[in-house]
Amino acid sequence: MIEIESLSKRYGELTVVDAVDLIIPKGSITAIVGTSGSGKSTLLRMINRLIEPSSGQVRIDGRLTTSEPAPALRRRIGYVIQGNGLFPHRTVAENIATVPQLLGWEPARIAARTEQLLTLFGLDPAIHARRLPAELSGGQQQRVGVARALAAGPSVLLMDEPFGALDPIIRAKAQEDLRTIQRQLGTTVVIVTHDMEEAFLLADRIAVLDNGKLLQHDVPARLLTHPAHPQVMALTGTTDRALRLLSLESTAAIVTAGEVSGPDLPASMSLREALSALIWAGATAGNVLDAHGQRSGHVTMQAILTRGSAAR
Amino acid sequence: MRPRLDLPAWLFGSIAVGALFGLPFVISKANRIVPGVPVGLVDALGPGSVLRWWVLAVIGVTAVLTQRRWLRLVATGLLCVWFALALGHAAQLLTPPGNAVVRIAPGAGFWCAMASVALLGVDAAARLQLRALARLALLGLVMLVLWAALASGYFDHVSVVREYAVNADRFAHEFSRHLSLALGSVLAAVAVGLPMGLACQGRPWLRQAVLSTLSLVQTIPSIALYGMLMAPLAALAVTVPTLAQWGIGGIGYAPAVVALFLYALLPVVANTVLGLASVDPAVVDAARGMGLTDGKILTRIRWPLALPTIVTGVRVVLVQNMGLAAIAALIGGGGLGTFIFQGIGQTAIDLVLLGALPTVALALAAGVVLDALVEWLDRRRPA
Amino acid sequence: MKASGVIRVGVWGLLIAFLLKPQVFAPAFAPLTQHDAPAIYDQGDLATLAWAHLGLVLTATSLSALLAIGLAILVSRGPGRAFLPMSRSLVGIGQTFPPVAVLAIAVPLVGFGIKPTLIALVAYGLLPIFENSLTGLSQVPASVLEAADGAGMSPIQRLWSVELPLARPLMIEGLRQTLVISVGTATLGSTVASQGLGEVIIAGLLSDNSAFVLQGGLITGLMAILLHDAVGLIAQRWQRPVQ
Repeated sequence: MIEIESLSKRYGELTVVDAVDLIIPKGSITAIVGTSGSGKSTLLRMINRLIEPSSGQVRIDGRLTTSEPAPALRRRIGYVIQGNGLFPHRTVAENIATVPQLLGWEPARIAARTEQLLTLFGLDPAIHARRLPAELSGGQQQRVGVARALAAGPSVLLMDEPFGALDPIIRAKAQEDLRTIQRQLGTTVVIVTHDMEEAFLLADRIAVLDNGKLLQHDVPARLLTHPAHPQVMALTGTTDRALRLLSLESTAAIVTAGEVSGPDLPASMSLREALSALIWAGATAGNVLDAHGQRSGHVTMQAILTRGSAAR
Repeated sequence: MRPRLDLPAWLFGSIAVGALFGLPFVISKANRIVPGVPVGLVDALGPGSVLRWWVLAVIGVTAVLTQRRWLRLVATGLLCVWFALALGHAAQLLTPPGNAVVRIAPGAGFWCAMASVALLGVDAAARLQLRALARLALLGLVMLVLWAALASGYFDHVSVVREYAVNADRFAHEFSRHLSLALGSVLAAVAVGLPMGLACQGRPWLRQAVLSTLSLVQTIPSIALYGMLMAPLAALAVTVPTLAQWGIGGIGYAPAVVALFLYALLPVVANTVLGLASVDPAVVDAARGMGLTDGKILTRIRWPLALPTIVTGVRVVLVQNMGLAAIAALIGGGGLGTFIFQGIGQTAIDLVLLGALPTVALALAAGVVLDALVEWLDRRRPA
Repeated sequence: MKASGVIRVGVWGLLIAFLLKPQVFAPAFAPLTQHDAPAIYDQGDLATLAWAHLGLVLTATSLSALLAIGLAILVSRGPGRAFLPMSRSLVGIGQTFPPVAVLAIAVPLVGFGIKPTLIALVAYGLLPIFENSLTGLSQVPASVLEAADGAGMSPIQRLWSVELPLARPLMIEGLRQTLVISVGTATLGSTVASQGLGEVIIAGLLSDNSAFVLQGGLITGLMAILLHDAVGLIAQRWQRPVQ
């Protein structure tokens, strides 16, 4: 758990982050969103003290971040940035080993950990471990960047626009991988992004920052249904908010018993995708398939449309 | 925001103060050869109004504390004038009337203070980002002040100026010889190097061959290159008597200027090749698409775009040859090096300085002028 | 690759053979002499002079490298950053300063012999290494530096394991330039009575013996090329082989 208390950053007259209070639950993904210059990156960097706060404090798992030297703190926190920041003169394995080495792990333990992480991120240790970053594709580099951040098993992972430099297809894959791995490891993830689509896709909770002030911190659906500030509405967009809302829930949420004639919809499918599938098939209802491919019930287009309305 | 402490200004200001009051300001020597007696700044200036100390303090504090770059430039300039006037004054004061043998030479204190303050001034000027014309004007102003100061007679008792007075006729001759060596060799290098660079354009094998040969030439020490040219030129003069009549021979001007020419060739050719090659292929393609002939593409597109790079190469060799020309004296080529090597031979430091100071000044001035030219060309080039 | 190796060994062999048994090469230089002058430098041992020359150059270059890299590190971080613009102007001025002038001005300060030569070589050798190191250090991408900080490296760990390795190729290029310049400039040291190959050339100039000048020039030229090449080779070995 990360507890941020009245955290501020001022540069002379300019206040970049203004008395932000924020509690980030353990094992969740929290997205910090805002326009450029809203102070979201500064807020993130004050958590691992890459930027020292002007006032206020941060606790990670109850412990003040100022209770130890900044480098020691940062070794306990994973950090991923846009453009990955891999060390170009070090191999993939050496890059991943950075923090374990700083922590003085045994070489055998480092080797084992590196191999485990490479496999977890879908890279073959035999092929990729001894390559230099420049010899990898953009998507692979990005994965190595995340693997490096997770190498020492940090309980917290900070990400600053981690997928900003990727093309859309690789990006979607990377986002999916992140969610899978985060669920698997139970890491607390804080991700800064200006891409609302990404925030809604990944985050359990979203914090909206504007001009250094925290406007709203809530679950994604509440941002759409109960925006706390006009700026939040402007940021989330009003033209497609119904579809966005639908994208937050899966068919499993509104499945009702009984079989209908219509297309099969996996239970993990979002309502938005389900709606699209129904429109495409010209059907008004579809059958929901559970994880084993068994029909577990159905959803109707009417039920989906209701979920997407503000009056639900 | 709070005005921040300007570290370099404080550091170099402190060095200047320490040098002024902690090191000998002038050295008083019984004649031009013997070691002298160090004299501190206070003693050197003798009794007099306290006003001069106030002037020094006010300008000095201004130079260190001011946040305005132009004010610092002016203040450092005034400080240099103050040091120079103090030197001239001390020389007048310490020289017994009518004595032409005693030498009052600037001491470590003078040099260090002058260098620290000049460095601050150069830094201020650099940060002002003066335009080409303004920098040329500044150079002109410095030269004018220098000339006026020397012509005024105020500095006649300073050792280097005395040395100059003794060698005035030779100085004029060696100075112009120095210029002719440096400028002549560079002009020749441009005349030969440009066509060579053009010829290399689009012929990688030729470029490779030319550039590696010229790189080899650059590894030969300058004095050896001078020496190696003596034999072939002497032989040439013997076989072709007309050449000897023109003053071409084994020693003297000819081998010196040829050696300098050879050194200058590599940067000129390399930069010509680089400049021509770095023209965006899309631009050339577009020109060709509009129906320009290869000749027109060269004169109208490649050439103007490559010019700043080529002139940068010329800057490098001109500055380099201004310094290297001093070595020509070793093979009887003349130039300011004559004074340097004679001075080293006689252990007469004033004579060394009489050669070295103008050499440095010429190299610096050449750098400023050519930098201004490069910048002017860059500005004219549509970005 | 193989051909260049053969040439390299051949040139080394030629240089060493010439230094150890110069008389063998006398016939090659004899046509350059007049009035039965000696074809091979006879006022000292060529190998000793070359050794002294090399020692001077390597000492000076090591000192230059230590100073220049140290300075470049200082002005590229923390409070030292305030000196960055000034150090750039200083490098600019320094490069216009003729080496002969540095030598000439050093003599009155420290007297004749090896000292003024060493000072001139160190001072003149600073510039290429300093400039290259500074460029190398400032070219390290900001994202890499941030990643290093984010991973919890201390400033020294970051410098040692990220910045210096990344700046190394450029630093070595500066070192090679300095070596070549120093081998040539060190010959000037002989005008102020410092031991080295300049003696051979100057003796040739004074006695109008082109054979001396040529052999002095050839030895220094070869030395410069071979040093340049050797540092390149060492640097290549040092960079890890990429699988």
